[in-house]
Amino acid sequence: MDLKFLVDKLNLNVRCCEGNLKREVLGGYVGDLLSDVMANSKKGDIWVTRQIHQNIVAVASLKDHAGIILVQGVSPEEDTLGKASKEGIPVMISELSAFETVGKIYQLMNSK
Amino acid sequence: MLSLAEDKGQFEAVFPVRGRNFTDAGQVSGRIKNILREKALPEDIVRRAAIVIFEAEVNIISYAEKGIIRYSTTPDSLIIEAIDEGPGIADIELALQEGYSTADDIIRELGFGAGMGLANIKKYSGEFEISSEVGKGTRLKSIIKITWGI
Repeated sequence: MDLKFLVDKLNLNVRCCEGNLKREVLGGYVGDLLSDVMANSKKGDIWVTRQIHQNIVAVASLKDHAGIILVQGVSPEEDTLGKASKEGIPVMISELSAFETVGKIYQLMNSK
Repeated sequence: MLSLAEDKGQFEAVFPVRGRNFTDAGQVSGRIKNILREKALPEDIVRRAAIVIFEAEVNIISYAEKGIIRYSTTPDSLIIEAIDEGPGIADIELALQEGYSTADDIIRELGFGAGMGLANIKKYSGEFEISSEVGKGTRLKSIIKITWGI
């Protein structure tokens, strides 16, 4: 399952790095505490968070995440998009809550 | 590709970290991670080092005026040191407890300060040493043993 598939199925608004949507999603992680995400997320995860500041890009890059999904329709800060573009990390927005976003992704992953 | 032992002359570096500069959080850890990967260290070592260095970097940014992060290698270990000029830690044992934090609201709003930093550093290090002097600063050393594949 690649990011493009998730974007289509969840109707995500892609705010950065449209060119990198072929990235494979190997798993997922949800959280707003950066230390928790650093310690427990894995390479290839799609990271679901409500944080919008640029440090999320540093974490996603360090952990080799497939991409970041922001929930509840929030907009990332401009600096976040600038950094994401530099690092090539796709940033997408879901209108749904974290609970619903993760639920749908989980279902899609396990029905494939 | 050069093995670590053959290439050890070049295999250390020091990076300055500026306090309260959250914009750059993750920059030093990102740079070192890329270097370690270029040097073909095993992926698991790179992953653990990235966690240790990121947390050390965030600690310096969160609490200290300034500091440095240094990494070096021996043929079988990666050594990471973080030395800061900061307020120091009065009770190290307490600070090492997961969930304990003295972070202010600004730090917490950014998703830091959950009291997991030092605990994560300890968890992902093989050997871990920390010393601190109130009013002077904190030094920590993390040693990660490198197991080379075939």
